[in-house]
Amino acid sequence: MSSPTLVVELSDAVVLVDGFPLLSGVTLELETGTLNVVTGANGAGKTSLLRLLGGLVALSSGSGVVSGVDLRTGDRRDLRRRVGWLGHEGSFYDDLSAKENLTFAAKALGRPTDEIARVLDRVGLSSRTDTPAKRLSAGQRRRLGLAWLLLRRPETWLLDEPYATLDDEGRTFFDELIGDVIRSGASVIVSAHDPLRSNALSPRTITLAGGLVVSDRS
Amino acid sequence: MIRTALLVAGKDLRIERRSRVLLWQVLPFGVMALVLSGLALGPAHAGNSSAGPGLFYLVMLLVTLLMINRSQVIEGSSGTRTSVATLGLDPAGVFLGKALALAVELWITGVVVLAGAVLLLHTALVGSAEALPSVLVILAALAAAGTLYGALSGGGQGPATLLPVLSFPAFAPLLIAGERSYSDALHGGSLWQWWLISLVALVAYLGIGILLYGVLEES
Amino acid sequence: MIKQLSQRLLGPVTLALLALTFWLGLWVTPPDRIQGNLVRLLYIHPAIAWVGLYVSFGTSVIASCLYLWKRTRSTIMDRVAYCAMEVSAIFITLTLITGSIWGRPTWGVWWAWDARLTSTAILLVFALGYLALRRANDDPELRARRSAVFAIIAAINVPIDHFSVDWWHTLHQGATVFTQNGNFLVHGSMLWTLFLSLFAFTLLFFWLLRARYRLEVLRDQRYAASLDEALAQRRREGVH
Repeated sequence: MSSPTLVVELSDAVVLVDGFPLLSGVTLELETGTLNVVTGANGAGKTSLLRLLGGLVALSSGSGVVSGVDLRTGDRRDLRRRVGWLGHEGSFYDDLSAKENLTFAAKALGRPTDEIARVLDRVGLSSRTDTPAKRLSAGQRRRLGLAWLLLRRPETWLLDEPYATLDDEGRTFFDELIGDVIRSGASVIVSAHDPLRSNALSPRTITLAGGLVVSDRS
Repeated sequence: MIRTALLVAGKDLRIERRSRVLLWQVLPFGVMALVLSGLALGPAHAGNSSAGPGLFYLVMLLVTLLMINRSQVIEGSSGTRTSVATLGLDPAGVFLGKALALAVELWITGVVVLAGAVLLLHTALVGSAEALPSVLVILAALAAAGTLYGALSGGGQGPATLLPVLSFPAFAPLLIAGERSYSDALHGGSLWQWWLISLVALVAYLGIGILLYGVLEES
Repeated sequence: MIKQLSQRLLGPVTLALLALTFWLGLWVTPPDRIQGNLVRLLYIHPAIAWVGLYVSFGTSVIASCLYLWKRTRSTIMDRVAYCAMEVSAIFITLTLITGSIWGRPTWGVWWAWDARLTSTAILLVFALGYLALRRANDDPELRARRSAVFAIIAAINVPIDHFSVDWWHTLHQGATVFTQNGNFLVHGSMLWTLFLSLFAFTLLFFWLLRARYRLEVLRDQRYAASLDEALAQRRREGVH
């Protein structure tokens, strides 16, 4: 039975894709409304852990409950609706403008489209409303991904290496935004190569290696 | 489901309008394939051939393959696919929307290639116009089947060679029904059985897609 | 006990019945009034077609449906669907080959654009497409789901293909065994040999399916062992 204060409960979770164990037995508990950073070298299993928590890959063995949804028996589509994902490759349609991408997301979620202008302003893209996503810089694309999440207001934010390709200004902006999200009661799980350098945030840092949790520091 | 379908179809058509792949790549390909068909027939037969309807549908099958691939590729990188997956869209609606957008694109290409057949292969204008309703139904069935086979073959991320192997046996009856109904429209004759086959195929593929598209999408 | 015995006897009984069919078909039954010795293909071609087009293809489709239905979903169903489709592909190929051998002296050509021939060829491409689809997917669950959906689509296509090619053109000889009223067209030793061939080839299907299934179980066991090894190796990466 899942505890109401826990957003993630994993026990010996294994994820196999094409015969390769991306996660080889992760046991982990994360509390609701906290910031958690998953670090590790390339291939340690950071992205796979985030994908498992988002219901985007199946649990091969072990057990797990995320946002109240059992990863073995529950409806993964239901879990996906509760999480927001920001990948490091870009998370939108390149040929659509910033506004069109957000309009698509808003309509898909049944959210009012009049929030779009406010959200674009919040991420500093109000002057790029009609620019096709493929013409945005790497940092602006990351901001557009964030705008998509702000519009969604998910219970759990899964951010896959969000600091890559960001300059100092972008990092500060990101830290502030994550702080706001945590204060609003949502949970944030970030994957990053190295532990967070931010002084404003005090996250719990989980280090992965070989698809296992090898260190856990608050 | 219908709301999702219209949303997805609108998005796909908007992307197509922006990228202009249909206009600058697919339509020239269709016309060129028709010209090559004429060249393959030889000078004696290219202008007065009864093979016009068959060649028209053969070209449309090739165009359909291109467009199925395109319809899957516009779903973007795995990051975009992941983000869209977290929107929790109804898979039946996604299937219908993608099939609808593909059908619209095939209809546009079909009309141009049909005009090309009249011009290049000298198929009768009035007969070709009479064949148009059956052409639209068969292209819609191809779109529904194609959307399903696009997802089956890996959704633009699987091997490109798999799609023709999977889809061609299913396209065969549509090619036959199309060629026969077009020929009948040109020369007069009973059309009902070809309409029946086209409609049964259309309904069957729409039904399977609505029921099973979610099974294919989920990874 | 009975199950074990029947499994042990399946192979020898199948071989004995096939030998009996060949003996009756080649030496005991008389030649046909019109087709002469060519009629002896009657004891092979319909039976092979029966197994390829109906028994094995049908088994694969039913197993695929049962795999997609959550209550009956299991690896067993996926394996049965795969193994039966592989047997089906071989038997449909043999159907086309024996049909061509029959067709050459009858129609004067090895291949004709006949309805049954064409729809059988299309069915073979479906079966080959199914096998290609399985090879293109490494993930066992995704592979099972995609191939199950494809088998169902193929099954729904069978009547569409059949009627389209049938209305398109047909040369094939009419019903061989029954008239439209259900009366037999073949009599005496020919009829019994025909029935025996159908039974013997059906048993051959089950024998082949069982052998193929056992091979697949061994493959899965080897795959599971390789997964265990991969998991242990991956964990070692974490420890060091």
